Amino acid sequence: MGANIFITEETVDGADDGPLAGTTVAVKDNISTEGVRTTCGSAMLEDYVPPYDATVVERLKEAGATVVGKTNMDEFGMGGTTETSAFGPTKNPVDEERVPGGSSGGSAAAVAAGEADVALGTDTGGSVRNPAAFCGVVGIKPTYGLVSRYGLVAYANSLEQVGPIGSTVEDAAALLNVVSGADDRDATTRFDESMDAHPAADSDYAAAADGDVDGLTVGVVTNLLDGADDRVVETFERSVSDLESQGAEVVEVSLESVEHAVQAYYVIAMSEASSNLARYDGVRYGLSTGKEGNWNETYAETREEGLGEEVKRRILLGTYALSAGYHDKYYKKAQDARAWIKQDFDAAFEEADVLATPTMPVLPPELGESLSDPLQLYLMDANTVPVNLANLPAISVPAGEADGLPVGLQLVGPKFGEETMIRAASAVEE
Amino acid sequence: MSDTPVDADEVRHVAELARVNLDEEEVEAFAAQFADILEYFDALDEVPEVEADPDLVNVMRTDEVRDGLSQEEALQNAPESEDGFFKGPRVS
Repeated sequence: MGANIFITEETVDGADDGPLAGTTVAVKDNISTEGVRTTCGSAMLEDYVPPYDATVVERLKEAGATVVGKTNMDEFGMGGTTETSAFGPTKNPVDEERVPGGSSGGSAAAVAAGEADVALGTDTGGSVRNPAAFCGVVGIKPTYGLVSRYGLVAYANSLEQVGPIGSTVEDAAALLNVVSGADDRDATTRFDESMDAHPAADSDYAAAADGDVDGLTVGVVTNLLDGADDRVVETFERSVSDLESQGAEVVEVSLESVEHAVQAYYVIAMSEASSNLARYDGVRYGLSTGKEGNWNETYAETREEGLGEEVKRRILLGTYALSAGYHDKYYKKAQDARAWIKQDFDAAFEEADVLATPTMPVLPPELGESLSDPLQLYLMDANTVPVNLANLPAISVPAGEADGLPVGLQLVGPKFGEETMIRAASAVEE
Repeated sequence: MSDTPVDADEVRHVAELARVNLDEEEVEAFAAQFADILEYFDALDEVPEVEADPDLVNVMRTDEVRDGLSQEEALQNAPESEDGFFKGPRVS
């Protein structure tokens, strides 16, 4: 493959019949597939073959979908361009000189290039929406708890969700219909008996893509326009005006707390990563560099060899943020920021039904352009990370092009408000 | 400026805590980058105290026996195993 979209190309047939019969699906390589290697884009897991399916993969098969391969990704989901993969970068099908976005870049590229009808990605801080925006397709980050995380190889548990990617809002929503729902193997989905039902039980996300925004209030988050590329802002504003002409009411909302979202996101994500990635010890699975020396030495050597630079950077920064003396300064403050962001969003949803921002503040960078400065790369996530911190749903839908490159519009919904958000996004397509 | 300057020794110390070996080049590069990144994180100092109301609940299910992985499946990805056990390096 010239564009390096798949790490493993292998066809797995689903049931003969079902809502996704005849549909091909590409699956991000951090989602476990029984008998098909699952690498997370890392040399550490180059030969790892899970003995079980993730719940979302089970559901794909039951729905009749055909899995066509495991897609390339930033190593363990850490990156915004799909360039940190141990298996080389993926190219953006829209312009092969440019990155597809990350970390689910392979999944978005698979849909954009027509290699699969739909795809699954995972979104920890924007990793479904970012590549959807850069590749000109649709990506949904569901409310935390809507989709099972069982079988997703964890990076930052409290933030990440499996999310669907499609070439239209309706396609992505139809995939959400299949993968969402309670799962008694994942306590972060809402399966407990005290709830009457899981929010997905009575929902039909694909049917919500009816393009009807008459009477809907769209809140434009002004704080997230300031730092964005002018070409992105112009395209975004044209798209919002178009919604207005279809009967939506547009208001401005201000979310002061989002100014601290990137810092809070990275402190929390890195802290969770430093803990999650402790499992790669070279003993139970994954790369091992040998059994000489004592445990600590062998462990540290295996991790030196098996993990890439961005992953090491985040493990170390996470370890630092959690270490004695710095916990209160970084981790505790990040949790305060997270609570503040949630409150700010709650207040904004008093004024608007959905919130709108550009998905990415920039156009897709050229390959190699953004890797040298990690801090600049982290700043690209400014518009997407607040949503993960607040556990809310969001969708990226193509808003048009600037200089021939796709620009995504992000719509954020209230908790479990996927249907409203999908309805509004389907109007953006019209 | 950050009140927590990061030098090469500190990077080495954290790497040791995290059990990740680094080569000298990585230590130098990380020291410079960490200074920038942590200085950026210092903006968290401006975050007000928030009445956080964590909506956390304990989720329990009935404790019943179910099928799990077989021993063979659990060991299939282990680089080394012996007599049905994982084989690891010496602990001390």
